[in-house]
Amino acid sequence: MSSPEFSDGEAPAEKVTEVSGTGIPVRGNDIDTDQIIPARFMKVVTFDGLGQFSFFDQRFDDDDNEKDHPFNEEKYRGANVLVVNANFGCGSSREHAPQALMRWGIDAVVGESFAEIFAGNCLALGVPTVTADQEEIEALQDYVETNPDAEVDIDVAAETITYGDTVIDATVHDAQRKALVEGVWDTTALMGANEGAVRETARSLPYVPDDHIPEDEA
Amino acid sequence: MSEGTLYDKVWDRHTVTRLPTGQDQLFVGLHLVHEVTSPQAFGMLKERGQEVAFPKRTHATVDHIVPTGNRDRPYRDEAAESMMAELEENVRGSGIEFSDPDSGNQGIVHVIGPEQGLTQPGMTIVCGDSHTSTHGAFGALAFGIGTSQIRDVLATGCVAMEKQKVRKIEVTGELGEGVTAKDVILTIIGKLGTDGGVGHVYEYAGEAIESLGMEGRMSICNMSIEGGARAGYVNPDETTYEWLKQTDAFADDPEEFERLKPYWESIRTDEDAEYDDVVTIDGSAIEPTVTWGTTPGQTAGITEPIPDPDDLPEEDRDTARRAQKHMRVEPGDTMEGYDIDVAFLGSCTNARLKDLREAAAFVEGREVDDDVRAMVVPGSQRVRDAAEAEGIDEVFKDAGFDWREPGCSMCLGMNDDQLVGDEASASSSNRNFVGRQGSKDGRTVLMSPIMVAAAAVTGEVTDVREMEEVATV
Repeated sequence: MSSPEFSDGEAPAEKVTEVSGTGIPVRGNDIDTDQIIPARFMKVVTFDGLGQFSFFDQRFDDDDNEKDHPFNEEKYRGANVLVVNANFGCGSSREHAPQALMRWGIDAVVGESFAEIFAGNCLALGVPTVTADQEEIEALQDYVETNPDAEVDIDVAAETITYGDTVIDATVHDAQRKALVEGVWDTTALMGANEGAVRETARSLPYVPDDHIPEDEA
Repeated sequence: MSEGTLYDKVWDRHTVTRLPTGQDQLFVGLHLVHEVTSPQAFGMLKERGQEVAFPKRTHATVDHIVPTGNRDRPYRDEAAESMMAELEENVRGSGIEFSDPDSGNQGIVHVIGPEQGLTQPGMTIVCGDSHTSTHGAFGALAFGIGTSQIRDVLATGCVAMEKQKVRKIEVTGELGEGVTAKDVILTIIGKLGTDGGVGHVYEYAGEAIESLGMEGRMSICNMSIEGGARAGYVNPDETTYEWLKQTDAFADDPEEFERLKPYWESIRTDEDAEYDDVVTIDGSAIEPTVTWGTTPGQTAGITEPIPDPDDLPEEDRDTARRAQKHMRVEPGDTMEGYDIDVAFLGSCTNARLKDLREAAAFVEGREVDDDVRAMVVPGSQRVRDAAEAEGIDEVFKDAGFDWREPGCSMCLGMNDDQLVGDEASASSSNRNFVGRQGSKDGRTVLMSPIMVAAAAVTGEVTDVREMEEVATV
């Protein structure tokens, strides 16, 4: 396990068993990644500072005046649980989208459903994407709107969302739940440990020439 | 659970092990890299003191930010220049082959992979780009990944994934005159929805698919993601093999072609394969199809009325109302006659030689409407060169089109090619999201290349079939 190609020496990723904080609702189905972060803000070589561009075109008009958007509202300042509707994050594979939200301060996203690549990107950042039924989500959005200072608790392991006197039966996708709860969402370290088996798989594929496979250092 | 499909077979052949998360660790046969989603991944790798594990299974190009006009370095746009410089440093320092603009091989990543023969049946192919599904046209298992996953692939040559369900989409019959692969995929997404494919891989089959050339199959697989499916594929057949034979990989090495062919044949879906789901669509009933809204699922045949939001399923109504307001369209109208300001012929969906040939054949002897700015952005330098050798560039230029250098261009407006204000575009690209083409008030109507050509000429969304009749009189 000492080959430089696979050296990792990573500390295990952090466990994410629960997220607590105040909520912020962003309503609408099919909110795509171009809305979450417009492509022009992706001309960067790091993710630093992307938070301020979250939902930028929904938040500002051409003259940079603020438009009505939850991300502009004072009452949601400091919120870390984003509550959305169906097919959130559809469109491109840009990790810039969850990176921007995370850097804004979002620690978990709750919604009716998520686009697959978006949910996978969130997992890679340790941000749970938790789903619940349409009515329950809409009720939570209403609650957060009238109680912006009230706490929303997400129990990733137990798959529940608790607010006020209400407990929602939520769903955290199996593999995601396991990864977050056990702190094994850093897949680079996880997969890097299997370098020998990787080479074996590569060798078994007729289209991979031998000289494309790094040599064993045994 | 599916059994005996190409997806099952390719998945099994590439599975390294089951991870503690319950995901499978899949070996990546080809990792394609571009400038927008990779710099942070290389950065993370450096931070961890790691190197690229399989540089020879990795290939890079520049497409998203590259200018399509003046390409002298340094680029006029400093941000673009710094991204290009970063990519150059990252790939050269890692021994990754780079199809850069000086190589004559640069182009949109999903155009250059297939044209160079990097893309082959039975491979797993990933790229930090959701349209990686394009490569499924060759019977590869190809899907987009995020930047943290790019780091995984760079560091380990693998990606962690969960197996998905397989839906067979059988398009029967023969496509009508003026109906293309683009119309087929827009129809599929319109029927199954933008999230209909979540959790699924799409296997495209049936007479209408099998009779398509590789370009058409690529257009269809390309937009799988717009239907929520992360990957889509077509089983490899003689059409696939004919394409492969012409590529760099096999043109001078017929023995290698023969050596690999049994593998390609072996991963084809079995006759008695089991699917999780089968959907059948009558291909002969498909019309030239366009979008009326702001998602690729909001589509209508050119003679069909734009739907009344109240008639749609409840969950689609709000999105439809907002979309119709943005697009300024009314239920009951058709999209025919919708005024356009811009015609964009380009993108990884439709900027291959065949797309340009078909559009040029239509444009020849006609002129772009005075109120339209029209542009052609070839998918790659090779496509550009081949088109120029045939004189296609002259046809477009004579008609009033701007003939540009290859890149993603106005598909997503990361360079200077953008809509301005509330301009409406007839676009051969893949996404009509609000703001997608560079202006948040811009309006995008997705359609096939020949429909873009027709719209460029008339200045409005036009049924190309009517135009063809006029042309032959």
